[in-house]
Amino acid sequence: MTATVAISGRPGAAVGASLKRNRRWALVTSYVFLILFAIFFLTPPYYMIVTSLKSDAEVAHLASNPWIIANGITFEQYRLLFTGTDFLIYFKNTIIVTLCVVAISMVVSVLAAFSLSRMRFWGSGILATGIFLTYLIPDTLLFIPLFQIVRGLGLLNSYWSMVLVYPTLTVPFCTWIMIGYFQSIPKELDEAALIDGAGHMQMLLRIFIPVALPGIIAATIFAFTVSWAAFVYPIAFLFSADQQVLTVGTVTSLIKADVYKWGMLMAGALVAAAPPLVVYAFLMDYYIAGLTAGATKG
Amino acid sequence: MVDVARQYPGQLAEPAARRRSSMQRFLRQRSTIAILMCLPLIAIVAGLIIYPAFYSIYLAMLNKAQTRFIGLGNFTYLLQRDTFWMVVQQSAIFALSAVFFKALIGLITAHLVNNLPSKGQRKWRGMLLVPWVIPLALSTLGWWWLFDPTHSAFNWLIQSLGGSEIAWLSNPYWARFSVILVNVWYGAPFFLIMYLAALKSVPEQLYEAAQIDGANAWQRFVHVTLPMMRNIIAITVLFSLIVTFANFDIVQIMTAGGPRNMTHVFATYAFLLGIRSGDLPLGASVSLFMFPILAISAMFILRGVRKRGREIG
Amino acid sequence: MADVALKNVTKRFDEVDAVRGINLQIPDKEFVVLVGPSGCGKSTTLRMIAGLEEVTAGDIVIGGDIVNDVPPKDRDIAMVFQNYALYPHMTVFENMSFGLKLRRVPKPEIRTRVEQAAKILDITDLLARRPKQLSGGQRQRVAMGRAIVRNPKVFLFDEPLSNLDAKLRVQMRTEIKRVHQKVKTTTVYVTHDQVEAMTLADRVVVMNAGRIEQVGPPHELYHMPKTRFVAGFIGSPAMNLMPARLEQNGEGLMLRLSDALGFPVPQSRVARYRPSAGKELTFGLRPEHITEPRGEGRDPRCEFTVTLDVVEPMGMETMVFFTVNGDEICARVEPSAAGGPGQPMRLYANLNHMHLIDPATHLVL
Repeated sequence: MTATVAISGRPGAAVGASLKRNRRWALVTSYVFLILFAIFFLTPPYYMIVTSLKSDAEVAHLASNPWIIANGITFEQYRLLFTGTDFLIYFKNTIIVTLCVVAISMVVSVLAAFSLSRMRFWGSGILATGIFLTYLIPDTLLFIPLFQIVRGLGLLNSYWSMVLVYPTLTVPFCTWIMIGYFQSIPKELDEAALIDGAGHMQMLLRIFIPVALPGIIAATIFAFTVSWAAFVYPIAFLFSADQQVLTVGTVTSLIKADVYKWGMLMAGALVAAAPPLVVYAFLMDYYIAGLTAGATKG
Repeated sequence: MVDVARQYPGQLAEPAARRRSSMQRFLRQRSTIAILMCLPLIAIVAGLIIYPAFYSIYLAMLNKAQTRFIGLGNFTYLLQRDTFWMVVQQSAIFALSAVFFKALIGLITAHLVNNLPSKGQRKWRGMLLVPWVIPLALSTLGWWWLFDPTHSAFNWLIQSLGGSEIAWLSNPYWARFSVILVNVWYGAPFFLIMYLAALKSVPEQLYEAAQIDGANAWQRFVHVTLPMMRNIIAITVLFSLIVTFANFDIVQIMTAGGPRNMTHVFATYAFLLGIRSGDLPLGASVSLFMFPILAISAMFILRGVRKRGREIG
Repeated sequence: MADVALKNVTKRFDEVDAVRGINLQIPDKEFVVLVGPSGCGKSTTLRMIAGLEEVTAGDIVIGGDIVNDVPPKDRDIAMVFQNYALYPHMTVFENMSFGLKLRRVPKPEIRTRVEQAAKILDITDLLARRPKQLSGGQRQRVAMGRAIVRNPKVFLFDEPLSNLDAKLRVQMRTEIKRVHQKVKTTTVYVTHDQVEAMTLADRVVVMNAGRIEQVGPPHELYHMPKTRFVAGFIGSPAMNLMPARLEQNGEGLMLRLSDALGFPVPQSRVARYRPSAGKELTFGLRPEHITEPRGEGRDPRCEFTVTLDVVEPMGMETMVFFTVNGDEICARVEPSAAGGPGQPMRLYANLNHMHLIDPATHLVL
């Protein structure tokens, strides 16, 4: 059914290339290259897992093959991580920040996306395209002035400053994703609801949002993963361990006295990476849909 | 409206309608509700993005202690420093080469995955997207461990094959390579996903028509696939240029800008000067250099996109 | 210019046989229409001729050569798709010249050929436009132009008019016929619309469930269907089909539809149907052969009275619907003769055009 790789064959020639054989060759080559790419993409995570399951002694041992676990799997690193470091505090902070930010982002962007995609008002077109342009101003430009502003607000070194600034990362794209989704829902649905007697807010809550749920889920996943992975703002604004979040905490603060306990570091990195990976594993289609929402419609 | 329905046909609306205050009527207007719904978004964008952006311009024109206005003093200072020019050069090399390879790998893998039977595509797509899903800071930590001077697993592999070890992070040129490598590893899956979606949106019949017209696989790619994907390619490249140019995590974690400041990009240099050294105005001026470059590339690419959008529909 | 032959062509998808052992000979310059309901395998057959689907078994022969393993680009065919499949980023001229460009035809010759084709199809002033700027009918013309320009051995059409509105469809039908008369090339045309098939084809191939039911010129399929499927498929409104019993009636035969209704079988048919006397058969008669009593020399035993259920005035004639033994029957009558719904009406069945079908074999006797 799909287009075949066309190989030139003389009309009527029975000798030589048959379409089927060439297609099989093409498939085999595809798989070979794909496996190579898969190895490239999956080597670091694999190595992180392997390292986190080794004992310190084996990690330090230079002669042995680092790519396999030779001396038996041990969960010592994980135990150390949870009992001997501030890791769980970072985890708690990150959860609080992420939940708040996701809630704020979704409320703001659903409201805005609905009004921009459905209601005509002066400037709505400008605002809709303008949102996308805010990404031209990256966080690594804003973090300097925001440092000053956050300091002025007395929120420096408090994870609530994260709740304040993370929406700048999430809201524009979430709004943009959802404008795309909302626009694909026929307006007749709204009109039917309004004729049936619903007010705008009711129509939004009872008809529109249930139908737009895939887009909302995709945007929520995006907001979650961006908040969870944010690095620039926490490393700039947060200093003490009890306020720090996972990304910065794992990378900078698990190193005690210049001794890099790599086994524990890898364990920490994996546990910190676990929530986004779990979300991805279960909701992969929504995850990808969120990313590509603009691509096919925009 | 219900009141009116109970009236005798032809009779004017009851004075009850007039009794509603004009405030309520104002609020009931659709456009007012619409604007109200947009207000939180506008507040965030205006207060936390646009205002700080302009504020940083002002900030960049102050002295270190923020007591005096020194105009373009910070900018001229930077332009005279070799380190700064190295940062410019490195940022450009970093962004351009990384985006190029990401796009290339993304395009190739998208084609490979697209050629698979549809049942297998989901699995492969799932596997290949993993680098993008792991928070960048954490996977960078893993790469850092892979590059560790004493314990590098890569070096172990190279040495067991007879080669000599590579100073991944301490040799300036290898360090630059490593940083770009990690960025490509992280970003290529994004291109894969976007291009795969774009590939699937090309109608199958166009390929069939091209086949019948006499095009072989390469010609079909050049004359059907690429033109149909031009918009997506442009948008993803633009988006990636911006994000890569402003990248912070990788360089900061693996090299902190070293060795000898040779891997610094704008973001890490601004961080070093602004936050670590406490000279916020100087840091702001470094960051600001990013903006014109981003804006100009955006303008060029977007203009091309809109023109082609009008043609193709 | 070439003839096309399909020898025992079979196509299997996973466990489904879409096309089962089709045999068809299409002489050069003939316009053949493959028609049938969706899923009958007509599009699959066309795509196998094009080389877009692989043949599971059997041979496709174009111009004397077996082309099973030959890719589409080397078969020297041209195809017009249902969705036009015009390259959106190219102008009409570029769309039409793409195939020639790929074959390295010199530029001046490309120009002549494109302009010639454009003249035939009346799209000369559209050459600089892009598909987005064209209407559906114009796009279809450009798609045909792209095919004509190639001067192929065979034209293939895959339901090209299905996306057009009714009026445009009628216009384009005439266009296609006109073009075929000018550019005499073997054509294989697929459609689900039997009116298109009847008006365009030199020969019609009726397909059902992967098999060919009947091949023949339109009038032959209309007046002499060989199977029950063809009888019911060709003709609009469809032939009336109802169960009946063939009874011996002295020297002749009687067709009994119900306790109240029976018709004498015309003398000319008695010999043919005698072997089936006593059997339960399916009786077929087209609506235009059930009319108000008209004409001289009609057999009064073929007249009957019914109560009308639905009356549809069509302007030129009126369709009336009534029930016989639970089956709904359609008749075409003069508008002035028709009554209203619920009213009785006297009708005449012209059994000279009758068909009898064996319900077990589905073959027309």
